[in-house]
Amino acid sequence: MVKKLLTGNEAVARGAYEAGVKFASAYPGTPSTEILESIAKYKGELYAEWAPNEKVAYESAFGASLAGVRSLATMKHVGVNVAADPLFTSVYTGVTGGIVLVSADDPGMHSSQNEQDNRHYALAAKLPMLEPSDSEESYELIKLAYDISERFNTPVLFRMTTRVCHSRSLVETGERVEREDIPYEKNIKKYVATPANAHIMRPALIERLKDLREYSETEAVSLGVNRAEWADDKSVGVVTSGVSYQYAKDAFGEDVSYLKLGMTNPLPLDLIKDFASKVGKLYVVEELDPYLEDQLKQEGIEVIGKEVIPVWNELNADIVANAVFGRTEAQEKSSELVAVPRPPAMCAGCPHRGLFYVLSSHNKKHDDLMITGDIGCYTLSSAPPLSAIDSCICMGASISMGHGAAKISKTHRVVSVIGDSTFLHTGVNSLMNAVYNSSNLITIILDNRITAMTGQQQNPGTGFTLQGEVAPEVDIPLLCKSFGFGEGAIHVVNPLDLGQTEAALEKALETDGPSVIITKWPCVLKKMNEEDRKAFDLAKRTCRVDQEKCKKCKLCLACGCPAIYNGDEITIEQESCTGCKVCQQICPFDAIEVIENGK
Amino acid sequence: MASNDTKNILLVGVGGQGTILASNILSTGLISLGYDVKMSEIHGMSQRGGNVSTQIRFGSKVNSPIVGKGEADVIVAFEKMEALRWVDYLRPNGSMIVNDFVIPPLPVLTGAEIYPRGIIEELEKKAAVTVIDAGGIAESLGNAKAMNVVLLGATIKALSEKMPDSFIKVDWAGIVSSTVKAQFVELNVKALSEGMNLL
Repeated sequence: MVKKLLTGNEAVARGAYEAGVKFASAYPGTPSTEILESIAKYKGELYAEWAPNEKVAYESAFGASLAGVRSLATMKHVGVNVAADPLFTSVYTGVTGGIVLVSADDPGMHSSQNEQDNRHYALAAKLPMLEPSDSEESYELIKLAYDISERFNTPVLFRMTTRVCHSRSLVETGERVEREDIPYEKNIKKYVATPANAHIMRPALIERLKDLREYSETEAVSLGVNRAEWADDKSVGVVTSGVSYQYAKDAFGEDVSYLKLGMTNPLPLDLIKDFASKVGKLYVVEELDPYLEDQLKQEGIEVIGKEVIPVWNELNADIVANAVFGRTEAQEKSSELVAVPRPPAMCAGCPHRGLFYVLSSHNKKHDDLMITGDIGCYTLSSAPPLSAIDSCICMGASISMGHGAAKISKTHRVVSVIGDSTFLHTGVNSLMNAVYNSSNLITIILDNRITAMTGQQQNPGTGFTLQGEVAPEVDIPLLCKSFGFGEGAIHVVNPLDLGQTEAALEKALETDGPSVIITKWPCVLKKMNEEDRKAFDLAKRTCRVDQEKCKKCKLCLACGCPAIYNGDEITIEQESCTGCKVCQQICPFDAIEVIENGK
Repeated sequence: MASNDTKNILLVGVGGQGTILASNILSTGLISLGYDVKMSEIHGMSQRGGNVSTQIRFGSKVNSPIVGKGEADVIVAFEKMEALRWVDYLRPNGSMIVNDFVIPPLPVLTGAEIYPRGIIEELEKKAAVTVIDAGGIAESLGNAKAMNVVLLGATIKALSEKMPDSFIKVDWAGIVSSTVKAQFVELNVKALSEGMNLL
């Protein structure tokens, strides 16, 4: 077999495919997104879909397991919070077909709002956990996860991190093994978690954990999943798991002994005790929380861990070496010249820009809006020059936080902003509540016809599925109408038309009670389809500054467009400009002209 | 850091510049020589104007997928200021290839910051720097977008000085041909050869 350079995400997809998975579901979220995108390519051999949120994804996968096939649900770390409810009880009932939940954690918060350590979920929900350290292990361990799931009648947590998900390393792949569907048998005592049945499931779960501990101590060791790597000199030992193993190997080198754990719940505590007894100094190298360390210390094993290894942010070989050996970092050659940061910005032509310019200029004049935000590209509008978002904590929170704030605030009108995909993820319930419990909230749904932030995924509002089928589209205005908004309280606007957007905001501000503005224009990065071309004017054009008319008042810079360059003259970069005309509408001197048909 | 023979290459630039394609081609060649290879793409939201770095580590057995400060054997900067951002990752005897090409970041566009002047002079104080005009070369070949393959050619040449002969003898043009779209094969093979001849 040829070895291929695969990302951890691609390797998991390949491994799950070979393990005979027939159903996969996810809500996109960095760094997990590419797992479903990869597995979706095996269309015809398995079914894969985007769910509107992680709870739906996990429950759907669990339903597929109940119906007798191997299933997969993948999500980023914070997505597991959303899916936690079904996860915990599905561990009580157990499974029919094998089911694996992939949690892709993001130490270092490369693209996340927090860096929670999801290994704790394995302990809290009492399910087995596997942690790969590179692509090869991702491929091997996901297959093992399905065997464990079916043999021990339990969902399995498969914990990855950004560097494992997104780094490429060599994998030798094999062939898919087709599996017969397990015939459905009605089993109320197993699958109906009423208190009476749960009383029977609960002690069985405790017994199952004992069996899994035994597996972790024995078979997982003979498979090399939990393994000691002995050096001649046993004065130093390192217990580690996941990508931290790779960092530890570079930091400590080949002259120390390692206990590399691929199965980290239940821990093979006897194996660890044995290892600890044979080495001198014992280190625990792990990213984020002292998950391994605390359990080792509870067993009375003396270790050096978080007193030297940082407890937050991701690790690398340098950080581990510095922490352990007190090596100083490579000498920085001092320099007067410093690279200017390159913060991400909303793209030139982004349809969100018009809306946030309107909100930002309203607040510059009146300072009377509290703007609760959400998770998506538009969170970038919290940065200068727009500075138009006041809060962001999790998917869907903009509307519910806005509702609470609107009920209380006597000084500010509250506006909540949320993207189409985030609205369909968890914003729907919140908006229902804002109408039901009538607050004076102005909700703005930014419908850019795609899930943009994670790289253009379909959702229930876009008309297509993950595997490319045409699908029904949620009619967002009609959905809002069904919640019971008052007459004239639902507005649909083109956010690139500043006048139209301002007018809708003014009307909403005059409304007593909840109102909603839907800004509808496709993401500039979207691969446009026939429908888009029919519904929106997407003709090629650019904007250009007429230097004769330009007074250099710099008002156009307030929209934060990366195509506008404030040099000796104000110019618009023609390569990146899409002719959205937001700057043209801002210019008080009519100095920005539109050139049709491109350059 | 690694006690073994692992070598490190950093390709740094701005989202959309094609560092990943160049890394894929380089990795394919290294794998054909039997090396263990790990490759990481490090970016925040590069599609939205952020900086991006692609890291390749190769050797008989590679552990960490991430290159640390002071570890890179070769750094190739697809954009000038990105060279300045990453120069501390270079090994004392490492070499740096800098594309004389500017992409101003948002704080510069808005006038909040000034794009640093004298970058090349500053870099030369710290490292062996080769400045090339990959953009100009790609344009003269008829398509500015082939800039990344010009840079790839220069990278292969720079790296070959630190590698056994088998490295330069890899059929790089063949790998390029099988990686890019059919209509761009001729352009990119020329771009590769121009890049290799720069050094």
